[in-house]
Amino acid sequence: MTNTISDRFKTEEYFINMGPQHPATHGVLRLILTIDGEIIKNVEPDLGYIHRSIEKMSERDSYQQIVHLTDRMDYLSAHMNNEAVCLLVENALEMEMPERVKVIRTIMAELTRIASHLLWWGVMGMDVGALTTFMYGFRDRELINDIFEETCGARLTMNYNIPGGLMFDILPNFQQRVKDFLTHFKTKLPEYDTLLTNNVIFQKRTKGVGYLSMEDAISFGTSGPVGRGSGYSCDVRKHHPYSAYTNIDFKEVIRTEGDTLARYEVRIQEMWESIAIIENLIDNIPEGDFKVATKAVIKLPKGEFYQKVETARGELGVFVVSTGTKNPYRIKFRSPGFSNLSALNKMIVGGKIGDLVAVTSTLDLVIPDIDR
Amino acid sequence: MSDQELQDILTEFDLGLVFSEETSQYLTVRVPKEGLHLLMNKLKSDINLSFDYLFCLTGIDWGEELGVIYHLESTTHRHSLVVKVQTADRENPILDSVEDIWLTANFHEMEVFDFFGIKFKNHPNLKRLFLPKDWTGYPLRKDYVDTINMVVK
Repeated sequence: MTNTISDRFKTEEYFINMGPQHPATHGVLRLILTIDGEIIKNVEPDLGYIHRSIEKMSERDSYQQIVHLTDRMDYLSAHMNNEAVCLLVENALEMEMPERVKVIRTIMAELTRIASHLLWWGVMGMDVGALTTFMYGFRDRELINDIFEETCGARLTMNYNIPGGLMFDILPNFQQRVKDFLTHFKTKLPEYDTLLTNNVIFQKRTKGVGYLSMEDAISFGTSGPVGRGSGYSCDVRKHHPYSAYTNIDFKEVIRTEGDTLARYEVRIQEMWESIAIIENLIDNIPEGDFKVATKAVIKLPKGEFYQKVETARGELGVFVVSTGTKNPYRIKFRSPGFSNLSALNKMIVGGKIGDLVAVTSTLDLVIPDIDR
Repeated sequence: MSDQELQDILTEFDLGLVFSEETSQYLTVRVPKEGLHLLMNKLKSDINLSFDYLFCLTGIDWGEELGVIYHLESTTHRHSLVVKVQTADRENPILDSVEDIWLTANFHEMEVFDFFGIKFKNHPNLKRLFLPKDWTGYPLRKDYVDTINMVVK
């Protein structure tokens, strides 16, 4: 009979549920963990709690109607999601958008990116135990939402884009409001670093945690800040530019460390880049029409169309197979969160449960985007 | 690499590839399902092609056949390719898994299995991803009928 300590006190693997109603999963995501003590052996996401089958619904909808479904996927990148479908329809019909539309779309997209990153930053801090960040993030995000509300009547699911341009023109005070926000925000963003980024506890919770190599990042199809945190140049705005990104110069933020802190820093830097992009454009909004007349019933030509845009989470792809009718024969939304989540197991196995919370936070998951 | 150069290289593979004439911004090729895994392996490992990024994997019901469409991109050469494969067996459709080539296929193939019922051979963990385990039928198929949950216009 053996009598060593490790035999008498041997550990056993067991299953534990995290979610579907867990504060750190930001929505209804259930993770089935296999753990040995506190060490994670396996993570298996259980999806579908809010699956609405948007792809099936879209098969009976017109293209104008589909636009309104897309901002219910990744609701924090509502504007970019709308833009993806609109660009697809416009490209398929070979419609050229006025410069004014392109520039306004880009400004709104970058404001959305800042708003999304602010919410992420707030809950990221909260997930690792820093409650104040949530208040700071929401304080500044409110100002962007106010601009959205005044421009298009909605604060979250904006529906500002339509195939053929924009739903309304911007108001005369739009430029001034955006500039006021940027002036305010540029004084606040450095505070974020002193409050959270440089905090010793935060650094210890994130540095070297949740490592994802560049090779795996590509193989898992990750994109956005998750891919770029692993040193992989995947910015759709750079590689497949659309709207006003074709003529503006901006830096793609890339970190090579591949850990949680790297993904965090990518998003903080991206907010600075978004500020630069908006400042570049806000005084140069060309005069002209804010929409182009389209037919009441839009029929796409027969064929296959693919459009990708860079949302706050990464690469959103819309793939349409058209048979020449007013509905798509098949529409597929390749959502960034879905692919980013698939890399979670690789990042966290061998880590601790506390690390899992930090890692899911930097994946910046929006569950309706994954479930669709 | 331009689409024409890509087409020349792919033709040399001699896998019975058919190039599509349909409207699409990408070069599109149809492969018989027996040659799928071999072709995908070559697309990933050939240094001149190195398609290392599978950015979209779509299941589709063509009415008679069930199929899968793969969108590939090379992160080094920045060229793209679309590969299509299909099977006429609607009762027991089986295709090769590409999970061993691109890890992202793991989740995407589960999604296709969930909605189209296509089984992927050699997939490590094929199960329903979104729908409950006891769900009957495959909702994104064109012949799927659900009188309770579907609103028919």
